[in-house]
Amino acid sequence: MNAESSPTPILEMRGITKHFPGVMANDHADLELYPGEVLALLGENGAGKSTLMNVLVGLYRPDEGEIYVRGQRVEIHSPRDAATLGIGMVHQNFMLVPTMTVAENIILGMTDLPFAPRMDEVARRIREISQRYNLEVDPNAYIWQLSVGEQQRVEILKLLYRGAEILILDEPTAVLTPQESHELGRIIKRMTDEGKSAIFITHKMEEVMEFSQWVRVMQAGKVVAVKKTAETNPQELARLMVGREVLFRLEKDACTPGDVILELRDVSADNDKGLPALRGVSFSIHGGEILGIAGVAGNGQRELAEVVTGLRKVTQGKILINGQERTNKSPLEIIQSGVSHIPADRIGMGVVGDMAVADNIAMKGYRQPPLTEHGILHPRRILELARRMIETFRIATPSPQTHIKFLSGGNIQKAILAREIDACAGLLVAVYPSRGLDVGATEAVRRRLLEQRDAGRAVLLISEDLEELLTIADRIAVLFEGRVMGILPADTADIETLGLMMAGAHESKE
Amino acid sequence: MIEALLLLTQILTITLRAGTSLIYAAVGEIYTERSGILNLGLEGMMLTGAVTAFATAFYTGSPWLGVLVAMGIGMIMAAIHAFLTVTMRANQVVSGLSITLFGTGLASFLGERLGPASNNGNLVGMVGPRFGPLEIPVLSQVPLVGALFKQDILTYLLYALVPLAVYYLYKTRNGLNLRAVGEDPQTADAMGIDVTRTRYLYTILGGMLAGFGGAHLSLAYAPGWTENITGGRGWIAIALVIFAMWDPARAVLGAILFGGINAVQFRLQASGTTIPAAYLNMLPYLMTILVLVIMTWWENLSHRIGAPAALGKAYMREEK
Ligand SMILES: Nc1ncnc2c1ncn2[C@@H]1O[C@H](COP(=O)(O)OP(=O)(O)OP(=O)(O)O)[C@@H](O)[C@H]1O
Ligand SMILES: [Mg+2]
Repeated sequence: MNAESSPTPILEMRGITKHFPGVMANDHADLELYPGEVLALLGENGAGKSTLMNVLVGLYRPDEGEIYVRGQRVEIHSPRDAATLGIGMVHQNFMLVPTMTVAENIILGMTDLPFAPRMDEVARRIREISQRYNLEVDPNAYIWQLSVGEQQRVEILKLLYRGAEILILDEPTAVLTPQESHELGRIIKRMTDEGKSAIFITHKMEEVMEFSQWVRVMQAGKVVAVKKTAETNPQELARLMVGREVLFRLEKDACTPGDVILELRDVSADNDKGLPALRGVSFSIHGGEILGIAGVAGNGQRELAEVVTGLRKVTQGKILINGQERTNKSPLEIIQSGVSHIPADRIGMGVVGDMAVADNIAMKGYRQPPLTEHGILHPRRILELARRMIETFRIATPSPQTHIKFLSGGNIQKAILAREIDACAGLLVAVYPSRGLDVGATEAVRRRLLEQRDAGRAVLLISEDLEELLTIADRIAVLFEGRVMGILPADTADIETLGLMMAGAHESKE
Repeated sequence: MIEALLLLTQILTITLRAGTSLIYAAVGEIYTERSGILNLGLEGMMLTGAVTAFATAFYTGSPWLGVLVAMGIGMIMAAIHAFLTVTMRANQVVSGLSITLFGTGLASFLGERLGPASNNGNLVGMVGPRFGPLEIPVLSQVPLVGALFKQDILTYLLYALVPLAVYYLYKTRNGLNLRAVGEDPQTADAMGIDVTRTRYLYTILGGMLAGFGGAHLSLAYAPGWTENITGGRGWIAIALVIFAMWDPARAVLGAILFGGINAVQFRLQASGTTIPAAYLNMLPYLMTILVLVIMTWWENLSHRIGAPAALGKAYMREEK
């Protein structure tokens, strides 16, 4: 299971170079993958990992470079060519048609099928594979009905159904719960045992250590290090990625709570399907305090953030901000009472992809002077603000006028953070703020949240990452099926107890 | 009683005949829009198809040749639309409207030039070969149902085309891929479907069927050439696509509705009613708008918004 025993790589990329307007996404990048092995690809947000993989599946044309599969030089012009070579990819953003069924999505674009495929036959084969790999999912369900974890399973089923031998998994665990990630690790192991090979992209060091045999680290489009997993450690990898020492533990001053800023009294709300999502939630957050919300995804976290920010109606109960009743107010009224929001869905709710970075940063302050006067915008002042923010928050962008959708995930998040923190006047609601971010960006985001707390603001932090909650929150509330199971002080809480509460066990209040 | 049945059968017969060109155009447009391309050039393609079909049939004596030419013209015009919107990534609305403007002008220009010298080059008023009704013995004598069997050959072709169109769209691999391209071109591309090819193919197919519909107007429904022979049917067909929620079978329903009101309105005019003809002529269009508004309102209420998600949006690889 290492390079010495199987010396010919099943896949080799040599000198791949790819330019985008203003950025060199790949700069003579090399890659080798051996049969039956997992290669972890690491790098900061925007280092060029996805670009390199998109070149490999034929979605991007490289400016330079060569690809060899099983020793043969190949030209890959389209995902179909890649599929013919047995290369399949799970993309960072799911590639699924929401209005189609699981089975339809799985056979999309396949050529070795009858002209009019029998869907019951397809469903049967999917069930077979599901069972073999323990990937439970209903072939006849529509994608829009599935949870994120289930959608991820469909993505993997797609690869298995097509018999891919070289699997590319681009941050498959970013949106998964720890349990689901663990399950995925098991499936990858299973597949490599059968002789398949995988390239695995992640920002989570434990996963690198656990799943892979080899690690490649990218920085600014270049491959800067190749290591055997067994011969390295998370600290070294993080340093190689970021180019400096990364603190996995942040220094935190003692909490000095001020007045109550947010208070929820017995709040209930429904989810999109009209079923109860929050059932009598009560808690309060003081200024200068971070309240963390822990819980397995889908237990009311999303709805909680939405009722606080005015995006969802409360069916019962009261929400008070700075002691004033703010139940069922419009998002604008909530914003005006000093609430900032870092949403879970960055692209959908956080930014307007086709607008400039500068305009996205100004999107909250544009109503007031100095950005606007007598209803007329001042583009120069917007640009100044944007330049300032880009510098303070170290947002990597070709220019303030670049459409924000071209930035990497981490930099989009930093732009949102810049806007929301700049406008924050009391309460900051942060939902999965470090999801998909590299270790450096994660550290930066967490540090910013602590800064807000130290500046006397209240922070409501919703996260799936217990490590994150234990590091920066002052108190941790656990949500289960829409109820608060208990609130623990972070310095005495331990993962064990939190885990039990997340699974529904009660804990006496503080 | 017998009389009423006969009258109804007659109205149904006209209904189908009036709806035929609409069904061709609407089914074509459904396929085009399912690939994510909005083709507002339908009216122009139908008009140009109608005039070239008639002129060809007039000179060659073969209405079939006329149909072929109309189909070819529709394909060429649609290929231009595909080139502008898919390859050049032009705005689909602008390109479609230009094609309709161009096609309308071209059709009336050709109508005044392609005719025989004896008629000052004008095609208007000329009589040429046409597709007459072919009554199928016995079946055509059955009351009501008989209406289905007193049609011209182009309408009979529909009986095969519509089920085929439904089957292809929902049951075949190609249909699945087509729907995926219109819903989510990025995913389709990642799954190995050639988005550009698919969009070209079905835009051109849509143009071909629009030309076919135009040929039915000038060779069967109202044989001959008159200015604005479509009476806005290209636009009605586009409205029908929405009414049909992008489903070919439902497009037939819509076309029959439009054709039916047309037929009733003809009967009324023929029976010498006191309602001014202008109002009666307005009726089918008015009803179309009304039904459309009610339908979309209702569909919205029941959360069944059926437009292909990527309709009207250009797709380019390597662009986020
Ligand atoms: N289609 C595109 N058009 C323009 N620029 C792009 C495009 N795709 C990527 N880029 C740019 O290329 C660089 C590399 O991006 P890439 O998505 O490969 O990063 P990554 O390593 O996958 O980051 P992340 O960890 O955030 O997913 C970034 O600066 C990004 O903004
Ligand atoms: Mg990426």
